[in-house]
Order: sequence, then C-alpha cells, then structure tokens
Amino acid sequence: MNAHEQFADGLALYALGSLHGDERSTLETHLEGCASCRRELELLRGDMSLMALTTAGPKPPVRSRQRLMAAIAKEPHMPMVVEKPVAAAPRRSGWGLFAWTGWAAAAAMLLLAMSLMRNNSALVRDLTSVTAQYRDQGSKLQQANEIVATLLDPEAKKIELVAAGSKPQPRGKAIYERRNHNLIFFASSLPPLPPEKIYELWLFPANGGAPIAAGLFKPDARGSATVVNPPLPEGVEAKNFAVTLEPESGSHETPRGTVTIVGAGE
Amino acid sequence: MPSTDPKTEASDLALVTEIRSGDQGAMAALYDRYSSIVYAVALRVLQDTGAAEDVLQDIFMQLWRNPGAFDSSRGNMGAWLAVIARNRAIDALRKRRPENNIDDVIVSVEPDMASDAERSRAMEKVRGALDGMAVSQRSALEMAYFEGLTHVEIAAKTGEPLGTIKTRIRTGLLSLRKVLAA
Repeated sequence: MNAHEQFADGLALYALGSLHGDERSTLETHLEGCASCRRELELLRGDMSLMALTTAGPKPPVRSRQRLMAAIAKEPHMPMVVEKPVAAAPRRSGWGLFAWTGWAAAAAMLLLAMSLMRNNSALVRDLTSVTAQYRDQGSKLQQANEIVATLLDPEAKKIELVAAGSKPQPRGKAIYERRNHNLIFFASSLPPLPPEKIYELWLFPANGGAPIAAGLFKPDARGSATVVNPPLPEGVEAKNFAVTLEPESGSHETPRGTVTIVGAGE
Repeated sequence: MPSTDPKTEASDLALVTEIRSGDQGAMAALYDRYSSIVYAVALRVLQDTGAAEDVLQDIFMQLWRNPGAFDSSRGNMGAWLAVIARNRAIDALRKRRPENNIDDVIVSVEPDMASDAERSRAMEKVRGALDGMAVSQRSALEMAYFEGLTHVEIAAKTGEPLGTIKTRIRTGLLSLRKVLAA
C-alpha cells in the first residue's frame, strides 16, 4: 500500500463512485499531483474487476449480438460529413400588394444560403485537416503501442548478444524520465531466484537522499524481467539504479540484500 | 461464434487496432470474448435482462465509436470492461448520468481475462476470498459494489459507524488483491 494513508479509504470509495462533494474534489485535486495514489486507484479498480468475476451467470442472448452488429454496420468509422445543399426558398406565386416582400425574403434566403455554404466549405476544410491529423496521430500511437506490446510480451523472444564464446552476464537497462516520473526497466540473464527471495529495483536520487524502492520483480526462466512505471515520488532526479536480492516481501525502505546489478555510475 | 476465425486467436490489442480501421469482424470477436463478463455484471447489478442488454450494447457501441479509449496502458481489456460495465450499471440503477468517461478509467490487475482458464482460476480464488470474509465485511462490500450504495447509506442501513464501513470496503477490496497475488 503506497498511497497516502489519509486518502486510503477515500480512494476505495472513489473507485466505487461513492465519494461525493468536498471529499471527492479534495481527493481529485490530490490525485492530480500524486502518482502513488493514482497507482493505488488503478489497483483498486483492478480489485473491482475481480468482484465482477463472481457474477458468472447466463450468457447474453443471441439477439444482443445481432443488435450490436446491426448498429455498428450503420455507423462506419470516420464518416465524412456531406452537407446537403441548402434548399432554395419556394417561389411565391401571385401578384398581391405585398408580392415584393416574397422577393426580398428569397433574396435574404439566397444571401443566407451563400453565407452558410461558405461557412460549410470552411468547416469541411477544417474537418479534413483534423481528420488527417487524427489519422496521423492514430497511426503513430498504433506504432508506439505495437513497439511497447512487443517489448512487454512475455512470449516475445529476447536474445542477448555477447562476445562469441563468453557467457551472458546479468545486466539491466533503466530508462527514466523525471518530469512524469516514468520508468521502464529491462533486465536480462539474471540468476534464478533462490527460494523465498525476490529482486528489487532501487532508484538512487541525485541529491544523495535514501534509495527509493522502484518495484519488486521475478525474472522468467531465461532471466529476463521488465518493470514498467512503478509508483515513484514526483520530481526525483535519478543518479543511478540498482537491483538487489531481497526477502520475498521486499525491503521497501532501504536495500538490505546483496546487489545483483548496479548502474555503471554508482 | 465462429471457431475457425483467426480473429478469435488475436490479441485484444490487435483487435482494437483492427476496430480502429473499421473492421466489424474484430468488433464481433471482441464481443464474443467479453460480452459474458459485461452482461453478467450488469445483470447482477440491475436484475433486469433488458436493462443489462442496454448496458452491454451501450458499452460495445462506445468502444466501436471510440476504440482509442482503450490501449494497453489502461490495463487488460476484460478487467477494464468489467469495471466500466459495473459503473454503467450502477449509473443506470441510480438513474444518473454516467459519472466516469471510459477514457478516464485505468485498471491494473493481474489475471488476463482474455484467457478462459485464467479467468476461471481467478474466479475460484475470488469466490473463496469472499466466502472467507466476515459476513459484515462481505455485506458492506457487496452493497457498495452491486447496489452502488455510498458508505453513508450503508452505515445508515446497518447502524455501523461510518469509519468502520469505509475501512471494511477498502480492506475487502484489498483482500481480493492479496488472494490473487498469493
């Protein structure tokens, strides 16, 4: 439990949608600046999804699938907006005393129609531009997702290349971005864990402060492991990272076990 | 449900990518994979098959209209849909406008609900954890989760102190996490 204790109960209620009024707005303000509580909220929502597992019941009726498929068939993606031309104003017939008012109204309608068509053309141009940007960003996002999915896929083959004839050594790579406290860590060729032990990643602050626990992990059979965005305090400049071998529950406060790998700068 | 369709073997992320390009078959595959979770939780909350079908339709239509709402950083698809289904069903039960945008929901949980085997294994553990809870705790958790009652309403209903109810709900949820991690 890494979240701030005073918000612990409130976070659970917030996840369930049961927090209202001042309590809710205070917590939402806090969440904006607290990665640790945001992470705990994600975990609580995970716990909520587990509750859903207790509800196994009848499958949805076949008609639900048919209804959905019929509905999506009517809504193809990225529909282009095609405006219907503005209908011409109906001509008035007759030569009554006030017939000229009909012509005036028609002229006004014509001016209005021309104005609307100009606006419409500008909107279509804007929409086309936004659509192109959306597609471009969607394509970049998709590419990024595919890269991340490959990196994190436990089924992906991860082969470390070393000098011919030499034995792979334990190694790790930490990629850390302070501003958003994002951290991605990859390790390879780690020795198998002894019983009741676990590896723990540590961040060493540049200001010389105490090391910060950055996640517990177990490597796979090939000694590979990944840690992605563990809860970290905001704004910490990192000097180095290290991995230690700790008791199964982790040490959390300070590294106690033996150092398995450490950044070249330490 | 077509069993020979390669889409049935595709990953959630691959299906979402295809949905982005308008592939209706991918949408059908995703529906076949997760509609039972969404429908079951909605039915348990709403106790009405028609209303549960509406929630089911609403959620998958939103996913079709905005497949970008889900990416792998939001957790696994089954867990994400389960949470959204529960929230939407509670909104429907309490006749209120949806409080959470689906874009805002990020879920972190261990079992990958795409796999039937893993889902069954997790289901067994979670049910065991619920059965092992004190009746008062299980009841508080179920009232909050399935009836959408606030801690204030639960305290009023049970006569228990507000703080006790809050803690029971949180520790109840945490105990599910623990049993899965064990």
